[in-house]
Amino acid sequence: MKRTGWFVDTFAIGVFALLYIPLLCVVIFSVNASKMGLTWGGFTLSWYAKLFQNDMILHAASNSLILALVSTVISTFLGTFLALGIQRLPWGKRSGAAIEGLLNLPVVTPDIIFAVALVIAFGALRSLTGFFELGLPTMIIGHVAFQVAFVTLVIRSRLQGIAMDLEEAAFDLYASYGRMLWTVILPLLRPGILAGAALAFTLSLDDFVISFFTAGPDSITLPLYIYAAVHRGVTPEIHALSTLVMVLTIVVVSLMQWLTSHSEKETA
Amino acid sequence: MTNDTRVHRGEVVDRSTILGRKLLFVVPGMAWIVAFLALPCLALVAVAFASRGNLGDVEWTFTLENFWRLAGKDLFGWSPDNLMILGRSFWVAMVSTLLCVILSFPLAFFLASRGPKARAVWMTLLLIPFWTNLVIRTYAWLLVLAPELPIAKLLAWLGIIQPGFPAYPSEFAVWIGMVSAFLPFVALPLYTAVDKLDWSLVEASQDLYATPWRTFWTAIWPQTLPGISVGATLTLVPAMGMFVVPDMLGGARYMLVGNLIQQQFGTARDWPFGAMVSIALMALTLATLLMAGRKGKEARA
Repeated sequence: MKRTGWFVDTFAIGVFALLYIPLLCVVIFSVNASKMGLTWGGFTLSWYAKLFQNDMILHAASNSLILALVSTVISTFLGTFLALGIQRLPWGKRSGAAIEGLLNLPVVTPDIIFAVALVIAFGALRSLTGFFELGLPTMIIGHVAFQVAFVTLVIRSRLQGIAMDLEEAAFDLYASYGRMLWTVILPLLRPGILAGAALAFTLSLDDFVISFFTAGPDSITLPLYIYAAVHRGVTPEIHALSTLVMVLTIVVVSLMQWLTSHSEKETA
Repeated sequence: MTNDTRVHRGEVVDRSTILGRKLLFVVPGMAWIVAFLALPCLALVAVAFASRGNLGDVEWTFTLENFWRLAGKDLFGWSPDNLMILGRSFWVAMVSTLLCVILSFPLAFFLASRGPKARAVWMTLLLIPFWTNLVIRTYAWLLVLAPELPIAKLLAWLGIIQPGFPAYPSEFAVWIGMVSAFLPFVALPLYTAVDKLDWSLVEASQDLYATPWRTFWTAIWPQTLPGISVGATLTLVPAMGMFVVPDMLGGARYMLVGNLIQQQFGTARDWPFGAMVSIALMALTLATLLMAGRKGKEARA
């Protein structure tokens, strides 16, 4: 494609600036020694050191990681099976449409609606069973519920690139169904499953609304902690914490990029 | 081969085996979605027509009170407050999406015209804000809009805010927060469409002496519509229910429907009314998507 002119280039750089100036401000203030205001008091890493002495923050960080890891494992497992079932089994017109409709639900509904619907559902379940007290388990349930659809989407698109002939060849060689899945489909599907898992992980880290509504008093996550701290008044510690969360995001996103480019190369 | 057996993709199986596999593969995931997404949404509808007990609990007596309250009825007569919040949320979502589309065009063309290496770098730069937690991205604006920095100074000079005060909470802050929050959601799908653009149509248009404006609308815009519709959906849906941005940057001055819902489930502890507002939000979102879908079809036809 032709090079764009100076006007488009400047405009585009300006738009990038709109995205990055706030983030850079956070990073700069996280290493600023002066506690108050916007004056530069010299470079320091002491805010980072303080983070690791703050029990609340460490607890929130471990909650965030547990939440992201457990929900990712469950949703990847469910999503892989779902993708295989939808893509490779014969479905009638009506049952197929019902499944598609349910899978599309998270895409067309604002997340706040799911969040409050879950609050109500957990409330009802609590009064019926005595379980489902709001906390990490309810947050995991909520995260999995919206991750599954997206994981399924990613794995399905990868599955479409795996030719049916391979399955037929396996059956011609008298492989059982389970053996065919295990030795033919799953190895080929691995990059897709990994990409789906990475997506689920970032979705969980990125979520605020579902966590905000379904969290209990003891299951604060990092975004919830930052949100509460901002309402009390931002401190340099929060800048340091946010910078670390951004770094984690960058690592996961780069991994995801690498996985997708890798799986494209393999398919091609 | 009996009636019950058939060959499905090279494998001899009977019907019950296929049914068993369907159950095994699809039921766990679907059950999760039904139990924790679909059924709770139905419960939400039911609660919207229940009443609030004195202790903030849900009492199962059928009432339309919440609906009338949303429509504006209050103790002293009628007030348009709630409907205004709904209307404002719709307006903010629509205009933010439009602004994101406008800002994304140069970005998409810029990206598509880079070489492969540079493009990967710019792509990653676009993906990082896309995946950074919205709470962080929003509070970051509190720093940029501080009174000592140029934006607040400019606004003070223009007389929009008082000198020495930050540029938040304000309507302006909500707009800038919304647009920067959703920009990558539009820019990424639009870039995919621009990357696949058939340039021979653009050249043909230029050969026929069309103005750049006309070339854009007749040769470029229709080709990018699929990307725009994906981006617009990805933006409109969360933008309608947005509550982080107006909460942090708008305060009580610029409440959106997300804040109203949060209030009902938080401090006000009025689940039935909160459920009614949520249903209104859901209806508004679906109506907007359907409308946009129809417009899109017309444009393509």
